[in-house]
Amino acid sequence: MSSFRVSGRGRVDHTQPIQFTFDGKKIKGFKGDTVASALLANGIHLMGRSFKYHRPRGAVTAGSEEPNALVGTRRGPGRFEPNTRATVQEIWDGLQVNSQNRYPSLSFDVGAINDKAYMLFSAGFYYKTFMWPKSFWDKVYEPFIRAAAGLGVSPTEPDPDHYASRYLHTDVLIIGAGPAGLAAALTAARAGSRVTLVDENPEAGGSLLSEPSVMIEDIPAWDWVAKTVAELKELGVKLMTRTTAIGYYHQNFVGLCEKLTDHLASPDGETPRERMWRVRAKQVVLAQGALEKPLVFDGNDRPGVMLAGSAQTYLNRYGVRVGDKAVIVTSHDSAWYAAFDLADAGTAIAAIVDTRAEPNADLVAEATKRGIRIMAGHTVTGTEGRLRVKSVRVNPVTGSSVGAPEIIGCDCLLMSGGWTPSLHLFSHTKGTLKWDEERQTFLPDHKAEECEIAGAGRGLWGIEAVLNDGAKMGAAAVKSLGKTAKAASYAVAHDRPGTGVSHKELPTDLDAGKARAFVDYQNDVTAKDLRLAVREGMRSIEHVKRYTTNGMATDQGKMSNINGLNIASDALGVPQPKVGLTTFRPPYTPTTFGAFCGYHKGSHFEVTRKTPIDSWAEENGAAYEPVSLWRRAWYFPKEGEDMHAAVDRECRATRASVGIFDASTLGKIEVVGPDAVEFMNRMYTNPWTKLAPGRARYGLLLGDDGFIRDDGVIGRLADDRFHVTTTTGGAARVLNMMEDYLQTEWPDLDVWLTSTTEQWATIALNGPNARKVLEPFVEGLDMSDEAFPHMSVAECRVGGFPARLFRISFTGEVGFEVNVPAHAGRALWEMLFEAGKKYDICPYGTETMHVLRAEKGYIIVGQDTDGTVTPHDAGLSWAIGKMKPDFVGKRGLARPDLVAEGRKQLIGLLTEDGKTKLEEGAQIVLDPNQPKPMKMVGHVTSSYHSDAAGRPIAMALLEDGFNRMGETIYIPMPDRVIKATVTGTVFYDPEGARLKL
Amino acid sequence: MLLIHCPYCNQTLPEAEFTYAGEAHIARPADPSSVSDEEWRDFLFIRTNVKGPHYERWRHFYGCGRYFNAVRDTVSDRFLITYKTDDPRPELSKLLEKSK
Ligand SMILES: [Zn+2]
Repeated sequence: MSSFRVSGRGRVDHTQPIQFTFDGKKIKGFKGDTVASALLANGIHLMGRSFKYHRPRGAVTAGSEEPNALVGTRRGPGRFEPNTRATVQEIWDGLQVNSQNRYPSLSFDVGAINDKAYMLFSAGFYYKTFMWPKSFWDKVYEPFIRAAAGLGVSPTEPDPDHYASRYLHTDVLIIGAGPAGLAAALTAARAGSRVTLVDENPEAGGSLLSEPSVMIEDIPAWDWVAKTVAELKELGVKLMTRTTAIGYYHQNFVGLCEKLTDHLASPDGETPRERMWRVRAKQVVLAQGALEKPLVFDGNDRPGVMLAGSAQTYLNRYGVRVGDKAVIVTSHDSAWYAAFDLADAGTAIAAIVDTRAEPNADLVAEATKRGIRIMAGHTVTGTEGRLRVKSVRVNPVTGSSVGAPEIIGCDCLLMSGGWTPSLHLFSHTKGTLKWDEERQTFLPDHKAEECEIAGAGRGLWGIEAVLNDGAKMGAAAVKSLGKTAKAASYAVAHDRPGTGVSHKELPTDLDAGKARAFVDYQNDVTAKDLRLAVREGMRSIEHVKRYTTNGMATDQGKMSNINGLNIASDALGVPQPKVGLTTFRPPYTPTTFGAFCGYHKGSHFEVTRKTPIDSWAEENGAAYEPVSLWRRAWYFPKEGEDMHAAVDRECRATRASVGIFDASTLGKIEVVGPDAVEFMNRMYTNPWTKLAPGRARYGLLLGDDGFIRDDGVIGRLADDRFHVTTTTGGAARVLNMMEDYLQTEWPDLDVWLTSTTEQWATIALNGPNARKVLEPFVEGLDMSDEAFPHMSVAECRVGGFPARLFRISFTGEVGFEVNVPAHAGRALWEMLFEAGKKYDICPYGTETMHVLRAEKGYIIVGQDTDGTVTPHDAGLSWAIGKMKPDFVGKRGLARPDLVAEGRKQLIGLLTEDGKTKLEEGAQIVLDPNQPKPMKMVGHVTSSYHSDAAGRPIAMALLEDGFNRMGETIYIPMPDRVIKATVTGTVFYDPEGARLKL
Repeated sequence: MLLIHCPYCNQTLPEAEFTYAGEAHIARPADPSSVSDEEWRDFLFIRTNVKGPHYERWRHFYGCGRYFNAVRDTVSDRFLITYKTDDPRPELSKLLEKSK
């Protein structure tokens, strides 16, 4: 084992060695290590290249806030994840880790040329450098940006893992299982509340895991954690580790992402990779602690430069010294303790540089006892070292003057700029923040949700203070639930309290304009960029953020926000609270799409609705098309047929003899009640009063704006009962609209509406032999033309099943639609198909249905109309009950725009050559030689090859179309201009002779 | 996800069961043929677009199916009240008083 691992130290299992690879090189670690801790144990600090400048970077933290050490992790095909934080990913035998954003290798990267071209990439470079000429975007700038700036590469294979989704209801949800969270959980659970405690780390303990020397109630910190966790489990607390609270939404709704397999060498294949929990909590306690801030100085991003608290974590939690010779630079007391722990573990501390002139005397005494050199009132003005820091430039500061530098050799530089309360989730709730002048940071102010904030999250520091605050807030949460709780009081020995000051960038004796002092490591934003943004006119912090991209990387500025604010505030000459903070948004840390999708992928992405006859279509080789959520048989190709040939054959067979079609997807609504006819009169344009039971009518539904919403055949079964059909896609919409008018405009009407779409299977038979096929199966009905003419409906039995039989046609042939209970659909279909064989019965799909109706000029709402078409525009004025005093849309039809001349109207189009089929959606112009952009006067809505007409046919919406009959119009296409003649919309049997038996 | 109280079911249930249905208290004129083009336009298209407490309609679509009215603050997304369609329009000052 390398010299950086401290034997017996940390919470890793020194008896369980683990081997993984980093860029193909074998690396050894222990169970419990992260990728970062194992690499550091092997003396490896260089873990990645930065986003814009490709600067060498190492881990700067030991947690989920890590901006630099992003790696790709792989576990066989499809299981590749880019941008994984090396500081979070636990190692297991065989894990493959790769560095990112470098070529050809991490230690020699040609992209680092960007670092020399620094001036090109300063603030606003996206807006300035790449603006003109416009044509350069596609070919030069964008490919260059994409190649030069970037994170990991997205995986290309489908993700073979599965993801789960669960709901959870709890009394108290506590987020963060550090000292505050543990104390809060203990208090709430002891009071009898249902408690859920979550933490993003593999184990509970939080900062206590990095402070083993602290004694709580005379017990070492780690033993106290173990004892507390045991008691919590006994009390029934749901403790969830490796679980990140990603977002905090209204009414205490919290999203949790639980990682279940990413830390395992061989997952069982059953366990989901991640599970998204949607939690509704009566009370929430936010105990998320605080995040350490870097100091901003030239070269603060070199590998080996790290947060002091993180170095302390690597030592105490992982048993890893991050270097042999450390320099500390700090403005907060906490870094002194990191120095002491490292010194005691054998790392030489070359100096503690404190920006404060008079650091805490006790700390100074402790350092002196260890022989550590103290440089109070000093600043760091630079670092050296190509792939790892090798020296630090330190200068004294007196007032505003920076003295002569001293170069101090080291292999790591540990910094602390103080601590920022982690208030991301609190901010998700629109809870307001208040600037705390003493701590130079924002603290929670007004709460928008039922929550408490405990511990370092509200600016407290030191284990004792945080523990007691956790207990207090746990009790407060319980009290809000109307119960009583007693908050325990904790006595802590060897505590490490502390204070600090906050800085903008550190003072320097060098040219500040040349300093590479990073504020946002992940997006490569420097102090100079922020000042440039202010100089160039950005005043709002939101503008500064977008102009520089400060805080816009995947870490959402966890480390950079306050430093950025301090610098912007100084540049603007406005105090921090007046500048304000940018908005935090969910998720707290990057979250996989898999976790959000959960079960909704592949065939479960959305439901597929199938008709009772769908299985027959599948067995008989149907090609399918989706129609809203339904899958419908599109056509039935025979051996060697393409779609065109199959559809021609199906059309021909139907018009020649008989075709059978599954119309079950048609929306069906049962309208029943004493006022049913009045309701129908008010909803639909048509008059219904005189429609006798047993008769059917084409119904047209408008919105109150006068535009067509839906249509369908409606049968009257009795005085008080209508069988309404709607378009396939419109069924739910129409029922919703009917309910709206019935409930809120006409509550006086005694009518009941019931969706019956899925109760009926609907089989359509069309063609001159349709009656011959059907008649033998029909009982209780005279099917002669006189007794059962076109547009009739009857209740009878068909094939032994109770049925509603319509004689209607959507093809122009004699047609019947048989509705039988859904369970009988396939049986009846098979009976009719068998009996139809002697008439060469032909099953057809939606494409043939479309062609046959288009040949007759029957419209499809939503295809030939688009929400701006009136009945008159569509040639359906005849369907308006003009004598009715009112119906939905009647007043709308009188609106000035709707009665104006020259509206787009539905007409037919025949291409002049008789062979070219137009493209649906193609635009129409009157003069093909006019300059571009041409005036477009309409578009093609339906276009098919018609077997019956022996040529292509089309319908179109055309300005003033009714007055252009016989005129030639033009359809410009990419390769040519097509000429077409305006005609009526009926292309076949205009007299309707074929509808008669 | 919001929790919404259905005044007909008298239960507080997840937003996913409900659909939004636009501004409330916009009655369809009793005799549309007697109103001017401008009045009809206002009925069809003109809405208050409030920043703050907004009178609006919801439907308990995946539940009892009833339309009902609500006052929701469009800034905080908080419901001040939900009430049945035939209940009178509640006075805002009283609602704000109560929510304090
Ligand atoms: Zn309800």
